[in-house]
Amino acid sequence: MFEKIFFLLCLSTALAEQLCRPEASDGYRVRLSIKTALGDEAYVWNDNEMFLFRATLAFAMRNQISGQEFEVSNIIVCDETPRVSFWFVVTSPQNTSQLVDKESVEEAVRKSRNRINSAFLLTDKTLEFIGIPPTLAAPVNPDTPPWLIVFGLVMGAVGAGIIVLLASSVVQKKRKNDEKPDDEEIDEETRVKTVENSAASEGIYNRSFSDDERFTHM
Amino acid sequence: MTTDNEVTDGEAGGAEQKEGTERPKWDNKVQYLLTCIGFAVGLGNVWRFPYLCQIYGGGAFLIPYVIALVFEGLPLLYMELAIGQRLRMGSVGVWNSISPYLGGLGVASMMVSFLVGLFYNMILAWVLWYFFHSFQSPLPWRDCPLNLNHTGYLTECEKSSPVNYFWYRKTLNITPDIETSGPLQWWLVLCLATAWCLVYICFIRGIETIGKAIYITATFPYLVLTIFLVRALTLSGATDGLVYLFTPNWETLKNPKVWLDAATQIFFSLSLAFGGLIAFSSYNPQKNNCERDALIVGCVNSLTSIYASIPIFAILGFKANENYNDCRNWNILKLTNAFNIGDENITLENYDDWLNHLNTTDPSEVESLSLKTCNLQTFLDQSASGTGLAFIVFTEAVIRMPGSQVWAVLFFVMLFSLGLSSMFGNLEGVLTPLLDLHMVPPWIPKEIFTGLICLTSFTVALIFTLGSGNYWLEIFNSYVGSMPLLIIAFFEIISVAYIYGINRFNDDIEWMTGRRPNIYWQATWRFISPFMLLVVFVAYVVIEAEKRPTYNAWNPDYVNFPLADVLHYPEWVFAICVLLSVLPVVSIPLVALYRFIGLLKKYIMNRHNPNPYANEFCNGDLKCKHCQSDETNAGQYPLRKLIT
Repeated sequence: MFEKIFFLLCLSTALAEQLCRPEASDGYRVRLSIKTALGDEAYVWNDNEMFLFRATLAFAMRNQISGQEFEVSNIIVCDETPRVSFWFVVTSPQNTSQLVDKESVEEAVRKSRNRINSAFLLTDKTLEFIGIPPTLAAPVNPDTPPWLIVFGLVMGAVGAGIIVLLASSVVQKKRKNDEKPDDEEIDEETRVKTVENSAASEGIYNRSFSDDERFTHM
Repeated sequence: MTTDNEVTDGEAGGAEQKEGTERPKWDNKVQYLLTCIGFAVGLGNVWRFPYLCQIYGGGAFLIPYVIALVFEGLPLLYMELAIGQRLRMGSVGVWNSISPYLGGLGVASMMVSFLVGLFYNMILAWVLWYFFHSFQSPLPWRDCPLNLNHTGYLTECEKSSPVNYFWYRKTLNITPDIETSGPLQWWLVLCLATAWCLVYICFIRGIETIGKAIYITATFPYLVLTIFLVRALTLSGATDGLVYLFTPNWETLKNPKVWLDAATQIFFSLSLAFGGLIAFSSYNPQKNNCERDALIVGCVNSLTSIYASIPIFAILGFKANENYNDCRNWNILKLTNAFNIGDENITLENYDDWLNHLNTTDPSEVESLSLKTCNLQTFLDQSASGTGLAFIVFTEAVIRMPGSQVWAVLFFVMLFSLGLSSMFGNLEGVLTPLLDLHMVPPWIPKEIFTGLICLTSFTVALIFTLGSGNYWLEIFNSYVGSMPLLIIAFFEIISVAYIYGINRFNDDIEWMTGRRPNIYWQATWRFISPFMLLVVFVAYVVIEAEKRPTYNAWNPDYVNFPLADVLHYPEWVFAICVLLSVLPVVSIPLVALYRFIGLLKKYIMNRHNPNPYANEFCNGDLKCKHCQSDETNAGQYPLRKLIT
């Protein structure tokens, strides 16, 4: 009896190995970069971590295909390397020799990507599923672009400044206009003086004055 | 002048210049010096001089630069400050006073100032756009935007880089060539309006408000440069950049183009021939030591260029180092993934050993990976000047520095201050001649007139907000801001040295400063500077005329994108280029011709109706100022100037 059990075990592992191989059509390669992500706090990759991976993936498959109860044994892993990369395939719980198709696996991984990442304290970049591009996070788009806010502030300040300066100029001018009647009297006296002077020198028609009349703004 | 009105409250009477109103003046000497320094120190000191230093053999470039400063820059600067201070008028008035035939020089200066002001403020608008965007986290030029179905990034951005994409697509929204105009970009119109409003508010009352604003705009850049210097020197790779910049390569001195570029750089850097310096010094009291002022402004300008290049190159060295490490890390990742070696087993230090080992064990596999060749020198060689330096290279460096927002804000505010203080000079070169010529009706207050000028400039400058705006700006920059200035400066120095008379000029300076200019100034004004200007101008024309002008276009559909698509200017655009170069300087002969015709008319009239006074004062000399129709000095007799 023991021989039968032993034979069955060998057969199953042999079958499993046949199902999972590099470049399998329904499998994916996984690559982890633990040291890059965690630096000094990196954990060592061992069989327990692998067990967690298989369990997480089974969880993802359960989420994707409702009704089917995926177990850890349904996730078969092979070709482990020191890089920490390996291939995996997923077998159907109803028929262990049949693989779940690629698209479903991809969908499942995509849906639960965040959970898988956080189980290992990694990110999309450090836990890679070769062939499954990560869904990029949409950038936050606020209703009012922030630059318009800064623009509004600057323009508001400048506009206020211009109005203040113009208003103060108008006020200054009004004040000067009130003082002007006094100044105009002084002006008239000097003007009278110049007229007297030119009257004294008049005798011959002096062309240089007549030319300037066209251009002086007096 | 003591019987005249002592109205000195700013510019209220500026428009109506009766003999009564006193010319506006600076509050103190520091304001005047800071304004001149601010005008001279501009964007070119930060983004043109370091570039020239880099491509022309680092420390060796300083030699032609200093020689050009001593023999071309300082003499021209001293001359402009002296005549402005002596004749107390803007550029048009000054040249009219020296000889009415030379009035065209002033008009040319005014036109060049106007045209340069148009595109210069557009650059400031771009700086403002980046400034507005520096208050976000993360900075918008750090990441590429996602494509429609969120599976990847936009192709245009992926092929070039996020920084390039933000500049060419998000900011300029540039068209593939200059003939496609595209619509007005509303965001650039807003930024341009802001820039002009900021210029207006500083300019609103002429030098009264400029003098206050200049305390900040002229000193702030130095503060920021010092902060950047301290920060940059702590970054890794900074020393590589500095060594690269300052290592002298004496071979370059044999290349004549180096000397030409040094001469043109000094000339444009000091903002000569714009008329702005003449206008600023015309507000000085006449008894002022303008020799010392000229030396201060000239030397501070050059020292600022050198000082600015240190942090710029430290930061560029840091950026090159980062790019170099990225390149090598990319190679390392490729090797790690291909050979399934443990994560982080290959580091930057042992990369070479690993590579050798792998090459010996499995060369074909290594071959198939097509690893990049990473060379620090290539990254350091990626030089840029102008807008490329500020908006592409520097912004990329800033996103890698911790606390990027702070550095971005500081950098763009610094650029804005540098540009704003130069804009003051440009506008002053337009405003003062117009006011002195009394072309402004006296009932328009100065504030309104300034506003009208700003509004006109803004409207014309809207061409730079089109999709093809950047191409037009390059045209203005190359054709307006270069040759006309050289021509104007040449005529300026010839007219002062030979038409006004160097002896008369020496007397004026002795009257103003208390001593005659020494042999150095005499030699440079009479022979060396005009000769140098002539040589520079001829060399410039020869080099420009050699090749049919081309421009770099940003075309995402280009085969070799992201490399620039080099296109030729179409005929009509080239005609505009020539027009832009010729239009300012054509006023010089035109005005001389106009005056000469006027003179001929007068001569013919005088023959029919002799003026008895003409012979008495002038002894038949028709050039005597009393005989000419003196509308040039707007009713003021030239004699009056000698008295005031």
